[in-house]
Amino acid sequence: MTKDGPARPLRLDGQGKPLWLVCELTYKCPLKCPWCNNPLEFGSIRDELSTEEWKRVLRESRALGSLQLGFTGGEPLVRKDLEELVAEADRLGFYTNLITSTVGMDAERLGRLKAAGLKQIQVSLQSHDADTTNTLVGAPVHQHKIDMIREIKAQGFPVVLNIPVVRQNIAHTTAYLELALELGVDYVEFANVQYYNWALVNRDELMPTLEELRESEAAINAFRARIGKRMTIYFVIPDYFNGRPKACMNGWGSIIMTIAPDGLALPCQEARLLEGLDFPSVRDHSVEWIWKDSPAFKTYRGDDWMKEPCRSCDEKEKDFGGCRCQAYLLTGDAANPDPACSKSPFHHKIGQAIVEAHRPLRNSRPLVMRQAGAS
Amino acid sequence: MYMLRWEESEQAHILLYPEGIVKLNSSAGEILKRFVGGRLVAEVVAELSALCPDEDIAADILAFLEIANDKGWTRKAAQA
Repeated sequence: MTKDGPARPLRLDGQGKPLWLVCELTYKCPLKCPWCNNPLEFGSIRDELSTEEWKRVLRESRALGSLQLGFTGGEPLVRKDLEELVAEADRLGFYTNLITSTVGMDAERLGRLKAAGLKQIQVSLQSHDADTTNTLVGAPVHQHKIDMIREIKAQGFPVVLNIPVVRQNIAHTTAYLELALELGVDYVEFANVQYYNWALVNRDELMPTLEELRESEAAINAFRARIGKRMTIYFVIPDYFNGRPKACMNGWGSIIMTIAPDGLALPCQEARLLEGLDFPSVRDHSVEWIWKDSPAFKTYRGDDWMKEPCRSCDEKEKDFGGCRCQAYLLTGDAANPDPACSKSPFHHKIGQAIVEAHRPLRNSRPLVMRQAGAS
Repeated sequence: MYMLRWEESEQAHILLYPEGIVKLNSSAGEILKRFVGGRLVAEVVAELSALCPDEDIAADILAFLEIANDKGWTRKAAQA
């Protein structure tokens, strides 16, 4: 968010509004990406919200001040009512974003989404190289993605191209950027894989080395210098390697609210993995109560919950103690400091993970592709 | 790709764009809303100057437009 000049950021103090609403319309997806952030048990979570239930979520969130809306999944195009939901969201005044693999899209459906008021599309593309993409996602979809990116641009949408940064594609940075430029995309986001759920299962096989990341960063900087403002490229060194945690979600229950396919309301898309928290469902409660009053959204909001060294840390308002899910997964207690922080007493857990991932024989295990029952 | 509109819940003009929200202060909002759909800078400066006859705001408007251009919120049209 822009913080300088004549504009000022909206409130980020946790007493504000759910400015960003993330709607995971379904966990269904035709792809098998081994870094998927959906729950390992996604196949057993059924009973998706109906069209009318989603519309109520949209109305109530908008009334609370939500502005940005991401339709995601799974693959949101699986939902036949996507156009109807986009139209409702647009009518309510949301800026509607679609986060998609493009599988299930054609020019005609894209036209309908445009007519419904869709503003922006974020497409995942794993590599410039067809074989790499197809292997990584477990389906022959590379050419379809390329065709759809061209069609999306032809129909006048801004495009964010999202590449999950993994060992298997990191050496291709420059070739990938050349393709993105040729396709006319507006933003390229090098998305560091967050090691939860499927990605955690596959961490040793997916995690790039710091050297590979630095080389990729240098390639990006050279590319930026060459092309100027034609394309915006986002890249950061991941939390595993930089000694400080990410400012996860801008703080728990601060500006982002996720609604899972079955109506569970979550402070982030991974939070469902936290045991011991009773996440409320939009089927049982109003969005207003969930955001303002539910115990789950208040548990790690602000800084009262923090332990040392976070509590007295002069950076706590910068990173909010990092990621609760990562703290839980690596230390067993979500209230612990995120182990990604070098000040955390659990920082050695990150060091161990890096060593494990970078052992010479690490490639001996095949990727566990996302599918129901595979975990 | 930038969408400018008045947001009642913020009592401000906001810019919405892929993965971003900017809340504009009242001056920025007053300037930018006049450029929606394309306008001549001189026209807008004259219009706003007429609204603030006691101040010389032209330089401030131009400085702001440089920032807006730099951020991609506005685009200079090619000279005819």
